[in-house]
Amino acid sequence: MKTPLHETHAALGASFTDFAGWEMPVRYSSELAEHRAVRETAGLFDLSHMGEIELTGPGAAAALDYALVGRLSAVKVGRARYTMMCDADGGVLDDLVVYRLDEERYLVVANAGNAAVVARELVTRAREFETEVTDRSAETALIAVQGPQSAAVVGAVADADLTELKYYAGVPATVAGHRLLLARTGYTGEDGFELFVAADAAPEVWRVLTEAGEPHGLLPAGLACRDTLRLEAGMPLYGNELGRELTPFHANLGRVVKLDKPGDFVGRAALEKVGEPDRVLVGLRGSGRRAPRYGYRVLHGDAVVGEVTSGALSPTLGHPVAMAYVPPELREPGTSLAVDIRGRVEPVEVVALPFYQR
Amino acid sequence: MSIPEKLSYTKEHEWVHLADGVATVGITAFAAESLGDVVFVQLPSVGETITAGEVCGEIESTKSVSELFAPAGGTVTEVNETTVDSPEIVNSDPYDKGWLFRVRTDTVPELLDATAYAALIQED
Repeated sequence: MKTPLHETHAALGASFTDFAGWEMPVRYSSELAEHRAVRETAGLFDLSHMGEIELTGPGAAAALDYALVGRLSAVKVGRARYTMMCDADGGVLDDLVVYRLDEERYLVVANAGNAAVVARELVTRAREFETEVTDRSAETALIAVQGPQSAAVVGAVADADLTELKYYAGVPATVAGHRLLLARTGYTGEDGFELFVAADAAPEVWRVLTEAGEPHGLLPAGLACRDTLRLEAGMPLYGNELGRELTPFHANLGRVVKLDKPGDFVGRAALEKVGEPDRVLVGLRGSGRRAPRYGYRVLHGDAVVGEVTSGALSPTLGHPVAMAYVPPELREPGTSLAVDIRGRVEPVEVVALPFYQR
Repeated sequence: MSIPEKLSYTKEHEWVHLADGVATVGITAFAAESLGDVVFVQLPSVGETITAGEVCGEIESTKSVSELFAPAGGTVTEVNETTVDSPEIVNSDPYDKGWLFRVRTDTVPELLDATAYAALIQED
């Protein structure tokens, strides 16, 4: 599949990669330069592969309280919440950002690879509620502007007061004559914005943002740097740190599970019984330049105690960083572990997440 | 994509320059671009004997790891330490300052010329 911005990326000379069935830009020039731009100035991302599912009607809030682990009925209009969808045994089906657009209108943003599952589950789980579930993924493009200069870039083209737009909030706005949802959210560890816009308006909104970004050093940024940015920020990626065989508690994200909310929700019974998980997500810091990577074994002495879920030579910090699942007794920062990097055992140290904070 | 005429190439996307029994080896611009930004280079040691076709090092980019194959067997005479300290040079100048190692070899390996290599990457 191709996003509405595919031709734009091709004209910019992007290299493409398959991501969850989507042909996505992995980099335009250098992923390190793109990474640096997001940390120091601003980067422009196409995230149109992500899924957008709308719930409307008087029962929308109650339906989401039942379908997801969070208490979405408590979210104020104009605000967003990071949450998850679990299955009945507590396994994570996806991590989501949910926007409350109105009293009776929500937008659920799902990962590309899980969008179909999330849409299908929302339909099933909302059946008993007075709400309509509509998959808006195909008609919706998503463009992100991330980085310390993002407010200057977006502020130059959007008719919204950004000083009033808080982190994890979204407002209707107009850019180049196109109505869109402007949210202050992201996946990079920087200040940033995400613009949900009609698919056919995406190329023009991209162009206008590119022009506004030029004096600020904005670069188009691909999925390669998106991954290193979110890793440095300690943010989980579904399929790496999150999956059906893991609960939110494993990933240190138990805070999103609102066991104290009234009423039942899918996964409640299982999640109430989890207790201390058998393995937990930790940050690892290496030395030198060889990075632990997905699937590499984590060692404690001679014993294999876990597995790396993501890792890279941190472009910002200059040393290897990784996330891994290990037994809870090895979670304390300062714990000495090692990673088998293609046959070479390299020492690593457990460190607090995130690796990088703006 | 630059493919200098004066060099020879392997199917593993390495280039070779043979002069006086010494082969200078690097990776091609195509390989460098496919890898993305190179962040780590592990080279064979000077004096080490390497065998043609076998793995003799590693190149890591942010997103991937790829093995370095010895295009010719023999004794390593020199390695380019600059690529270890500044791996980005492999991306910016793969055919010149980004060379990786030199190996003294008795046997002239079977290699592709620039035209054949261009055809190979066309298929990829």
